[in-house]
Amino acid sequence: MLAIQGLTKIFPAPAGEVVALRDIRLEIGPGRLVTFIGPSGCGKSTLLKIAAGLDASYEGSITLDGRPIEGPSVEKGVIFQEPRLFPWWTVEKNIAANASLRDAAVRRRVGELIELVRLKGFEKAYPSELSGGMAQRVAIARALLRRPKVLLLDEPFGALDAFTRAHMQEVLLDIWQADRTTMLFVTHDLDEAVFLGQQVVIMNPRPGHIRRVVSVDLPYPRQRTGAPFQEIRGVVLREFEKVEEAPVPDPGAGI
Amino acid sequence: MAADPQAAKAQARAVTAPRAEAARQRDWLGLPRWAQGWLLPLAVLLVWEAAARAGLVSPAMLPAPSVIAASALRLLASGELGEHAWASFRRAAAGFLLGGATGLLLGLFTGLGRWAQRLLDPSLQMLRTVPLLAVIPLFILWFGVGEFSKGLLIALGAFFPVYFHTYLGVRSAEAKLYEVTRVLQFTRLQLVRGLILPAALPNILLGARLSAGVSWLMLSVAEMMGASEGIGYMIQDARVYAQTDLVFVGIVLFMLAGKLTDAGVRRLELRWLRWRRPFQDGKEKGL
Ligand SMILES: Nc1ncnc2c1ncn2[C@@H]1O[C@H](COP(=O)(O)OP(=O)(O)OP(=O)(O)O)[C@@H](O)[C@H]1O
Ligand SMILES: [Mg+2]
Repeated sequence: MLAIQGLTKIFPAPAGEVVALRDIRLEIGPGRLVTFIGPSGCGKSTLLKIAAGLDASYEGSITLDGRPIEGPSVEKGVIFQEPRLFPWWTVEKNIAANASLRDAAVRRRVGELIELVRLKGFEKAYPSELSGGMAQRVAIARALLRRPKVLLLDEPFGALDAFTRAHMQEVLLDIWQADRTTMLFVTHDLDEAVFLGQQVVIMNPRPGHIRRVVSVDLPYPRQRTGAPFQEIRGVVLREFEKVEEAPVPDPGAGI
Repeated sequence: MAADPQAAKAQARAVTAPRAEAARQRDWLGLPRWAQGWLLPLAVLLVWEAAARAGLVSPAMLPAPSVIAASALRLLASGELGEHAWASFRRAAAGFLLGGATGLLLGLFTGLGRWAQRLLDPSLQMLRTVPLLAVIPLFILWFGVGEFSKGLLIALGAFFPVYFHTYLGVRSAEAKLYEVTRVLQFTRLQLVRGLILPAALPNILLGARLSAGVSWLMLSVAEMMGASEGIGYMIQDARVYAQTDLVFVGIVLFMLAGKLTDAGVRRLELRWLRWRRPFQDGKEKGL
């Protein structure tokens, strides 16, 4: 269980301070898949960074299975917007990274993961020989090798074309259904948020806070064209539009 | 490194287009591309030889290439050439290894540690601007003209390029990849071996290549300031007896040595930086 209570994050800035997150409250049970959506600057990345332990200066509390998060660790897998592979390592070495491929157990698991992310035959390829989607799958396999309790994904498919993106969403659902890893998935894409999430967290900027949490009670695999999907999509969209229209307490933002 | 694979592919395409062009140019004059670089030197040699035979230049100033080649063969057969070359190689290698290793270690040290950087780097950057040849008199005063003094001089020359480029390379490790190593909980040693060294390697090799060049330069200077063997000594000795052909033999030897070490480092680059290959193909030609 990932529990966030009264989480507030303030960035000091030359012109006053930026309240990136204010009073976030959220509980995410084990094995849940939650998507986050909201306009640029509403603090989604900041929230994930704090959950990953990469940013330790915040107020409030955030705990994983009752223990406060102190620093990054393999328990909290992170997938960034870019694959961030080590260019001098092959695919299999990138997945193993600081785990030794000479260890039989690691080897076997790396092989399984390569199959899971559908990269069989590319074990010895270098990142420069991969497409963007393939590279991102390597990054996912690298995180999964550590059997994280939670997987934090920050717009992982943002740079991919529509086809690759749809394919990757299916790969991700495969993985989630096989492993039941808790996932926090940040996206800019409304369809993606509704297609993947059991819950969609809609966030508001200035200061970043949670506006509403929409439950998506549809079985997987979901039909994007079906009426129930469209209905929930409409609910989120309307909420999203309200976010955009909400009066912005910023004197400089007059039109 | 291009984070966007689409851009990388576009780059690869842009690289292959001029390559197709190059393939078409291959038949120019009926010569393959690599041979075209030899045209100018060969022409110069021919004109030179012809001028020498026609008595247009003084043999004492500019002996014919054939005369130089004959002298080289004679020295080679007597074993003298081999001895000089070996002596020079030993000195250059020792100085290069000493200076290069020190540069590598200090570069890593200042590149990695904040206080080491603040403490050491400004002084080293200042020393770097001193012209190397200007410290020779000091070295002679302090250490004489013996092997120790020569080795130290070469090491000093070899030190700076490796130091400077290692430092730059270590600093070039990406913050984004560093974040990954934190999430994956790399140990300090894994961080150095997995991220910092590989990221710095292209720079380190470039530094090594420059250092090798400086090593040969300092070697020739050191050997001319007094020695009893070595290519530099051979040149100096030949000058005293006005054997211009031998001076040329020495120069050509230095040329070959420089070219060979360069090719050696290039080979290491191709092997160790294999992962860079798809991006490098096009750049290689520009070098
Ligand atoms: N290192 C930082 N220093 C100062 N301010 C920052 C820093 N990082 C983020 N911010 C501010 O915090 C706010 C939230 O940023 P964050 O990156 O979390 O937004 P986001 O929701 O991820 O946006 P996007 O959808 O564009 O990725 C922004 O107003 C941003 O200006
Ligand atoms: Mg973001």
